[in-house]
Amino acid sequence: MGLPAHIMPPLPVVSDPGLDENAKNLTQDRIVEVINRVIDWETAARFRVYLNTCVHCGLCSDACHWFLSNDRDPRFSPVGKVKQTLWEILKRKGRVEPDFVKECSRIAHTECNGCRKCSMYCPFGVDIAYLLFVVRRICYELGIVPQFLQDTVNSHSATMNQMWVKQDEWIDTLQWQEDESREEVTTARIPLDKEGADVFYSVIAPEPKILAQLIGNMAQIMAIARIDWTMPSFDGWDNSNLAMFAGDFEVMGRVERAHHEAALRLKAKRIVMGECGHAFRGAVYDGPRWLGWRQPPVPVIHAVEFYHELITSGRIKIARKFEEPVTVQEPCNIVRGRGLGIKLREVIQAMCADFRPPPDPQFEHNYCCGAGGGVINCGPPWKTSRVKGNSVKAEQLAATKAHIVITPCHNCHSGIEDIIGGYKLGMHVKFLCEILMQVMEIPDELKAS
Amino acid sequence: MYSLVSGPLIWTACIVFIGGMTYQLVSMLKSAKKDKVVYPYMSFKYGLRSLLHWLVPFASKNMRARYETTIVAFAFHICLFLVPIFLTAHVVMFAFAWGPKWGTLSEGAADWLTVLVILAAAFFLVRRWMLPEVRFVTSRSDYILLAVVAAPFVTGFVAHHQWFDYETMMIIHVISGAVMLMAIPFTRLSHMLFFVFTRTYMGSEFGAVRNAKDW
Repeated sequence: MGLPAHIMPPLPVVSDPGLDENAKNLTQDRIVEVINRVIDWETAARFRVYLNTCVHCGLCSDACHWFLSNDRDPRFSPVGKVKQTLWEILKRKGRVEPDFVKECSRIAHTECNGCRKCSMYCPFGVDIAYLLFVVRRICYELGIVPQFLQDTVNSHSATMNQMWVKQDEWIDTLQWQEDESREEVTTARIPLDKEGADVFYSVIAPEPKILAQLIGNMAQIMAIARIDWTMPSFDGWDNSNLAMFAGDFEVMGRVERAHHEAALRLKAKRIVMGECGHAFRGAVYDGPRWLGWRQPPVPVIHAVEFYHELITSGRIKIARKFEEPVTVQEPCNIVRGRGLGIKLREVIQAMCADFRPPPDPQFEHNYCCGAGGGVINCGPPWKTSRVKGNSVKAEQLAATKAHIVITPCHNCHSGIEDIIGGYKLGMHVKFLCEILMQVMEIPDELKAS
Repeated sequence: MYSLVSGPLIWTACIVFIGGMTYQLVSMLKSAKKDKVVYPYMSFKYGLRSLLHWLVPFASKNMRARYETTIVAFAFHICLFLVPIFLTAHVVMFAFAWGPKWGTLSEGAADWLTVLVILAAAFFLVRRWMLPEVRFVTSRSDYILLAVVAAPFVTGFVAHHQWFDYETMMIIHVISGAVMLMAIPFTRLSHMLFFVFTRTYMGSEFGAVRNAKDW
C-alpha cells in the first residue's frame, strides 16, 4: 500500500513425488470435505482462539531460523507461514486447489521444524507450531506428504519401526553388539525380555540399521554402572515416531502404544531412551495426548538425564576429560521441550575440559538444528532448502571455534553435520555417549584382557 | 441526534460489549473441553508465572530485543484504559447516569495521554508499512481495526479542544467509541480477553508439562 513491495524471489521448485504425483489424484470435493472434517472434528478452542487472537504483529518472526537465514524473507516467518496456509484455507472455506495443497505441504512439512521457539516470542503465546501441524494433518489426510517421510511412516505402520528392520535382524544386531562390547567390558550384556528390570532401554530404528555401535556403547555403560536393564526382542523397541510429523496420528498412536506396552509387559520401572529428541517428544507428549493419557504410564527418562544421574551418583566415573574444544547443539525437544538445558551442560562440563557455550541465543532460546520435526526425514530433495534455512546456526557454531559439536539427538546430529558440510565449518559432530566412551573409567576387574 | 447517541447508542454498545465478551468467554471455555489438553495441562502457578513475565515490560527476551515496540505497546495499552476510565467528562457522565464515581485525571494529563495513544497508533501504522514481515501479513482489516481504536481518541481530543463544531464532533466521538466497544468481542480486538488464556495455557504447557520457560 504505497511503498515498494519487499522483493521476494520465487523459491526453487523442488520435485517430490509425494507431493507432485499424489496431488494429481486430488479433487476439489475431496479437498473441501477433508479440510472441513479436520477443522470441525479435530480442532477446537486452541485452533480458533489462536487464529482469532493473533493481531498480525509479526513479533514471532525473529524467533525463526528459517526467517532469519533466508534474509528475513517474510514467507518464512511463523505468521507468514500460517498466512500462506491456514488464512487462505479459512478464507476460502477449504475450497482450494491441489497445487495449493502441495504448497501447504512444502511449507508445513519442510519449512517448519515445529521447534516452538516462536511461541516464546509471541506476546500471546500462540502455538504457531501447533497451527502448522494442523496443516500437516490436513495434507496427510489428503495424501500429500513428502515421499521419503511417508516411506518411514509406511515402515512404522508395517513393522512398528522406522527403518523396515525385521525382528531377526533386530535380535542379530543386539547380539552382535553384545559380543563387540564384551571385548571391552567383560560383564557387558544386553538382557533381552528381562522382566522387572529397573531400566527398559529403547532406541530409534536408525541405530540398529546404521549406528549399531551406539547400542554397544550402552551395553558397556550399563555394565560399568551396574544398571539392571533390558531391551525387548519384540515390537515396541523403536521409540522413534515419524508418523507424528507426517500428520498420521493414528499410526503415531499405534507406535507409541506398542512402545509403552512393551515396557509395561516387561514390568520395567522406567524407560530410558537413547539420544533422540523427537522420540522423547513422541513418547512423553504427542503419543500420550493422542492416546488419552495425561502422562506416559511408565516414566520416560531421556539419555541426557540418565547420564547426569550416572555421573552425579558416581556410578560412572570420569577417568580423564575430553581435551578437544567442544560446543553443544541444544536439541529443541529436550531443552525447550523438557528443560534439560542445565543438566546437559553439567554432563558436558563433567566430561570435557574445553567446553565453549554457543553465543546467544542459548538454552530454551536456542536455534533449532533445522533437521527436526520430520524435515530431514523429507529426504534429499529438500536438503538444499533445509541447509539454506539455517545459516544462523552455522554462524553460531562458527563463533565458538570449537572442533566438536555435541549433539544429544539423532536429528540434530545429522542436521548439524549437514550444516557443517554446507557451510564448510570443518567441525565434527558427536553424541554424548561417544564422548562418554572415551572418558569413562572402566574398573580394572571389568576390563577385558 | 445527540440524545440518541448519548442514550440508546451507549446502552447498546455496552450491552453488545459485555454480552459479546461473555459469549466469547463461555464459548471458549466450552470449546476448550473438546481440546483434550487444555484443562488437564492448565496450571495456576505456571500460567501466572508466564503471564507476569509478559505483563511486565522487558521481562521476556523478545520484549527486550524489540524494546521500541515494547515501550510503545505498553504506553499505548496503559493509556488506552487509563484515559477512558479516568477522564473527568466520562466519570461525570457515568456518575450522573449510574451513580458510582471515582478519581479523575487532570485535564493536562488527559490531553498528553490521549496524544500518546494517537502517536502510538501512528507508530503501529508506520511499523506495519516499514517491516516486511509485518506488511506481508497485513491486510485491510488491520488498518480498519487500527482506525477503529484510534478514532475515539482523535475525535475525543478534537471535540474537547473544540476545533470544529462541538456537537458534531461529540456525536462522531460517541459513535466511534460505540463502534469500538461493539467491535471488540467480534474481531481481533478480543485479544483483550483471550490473551490471558493463551498466555496462561502456553505458560502451563511449557512450565508444568515441559519444565521449561516460555519467555
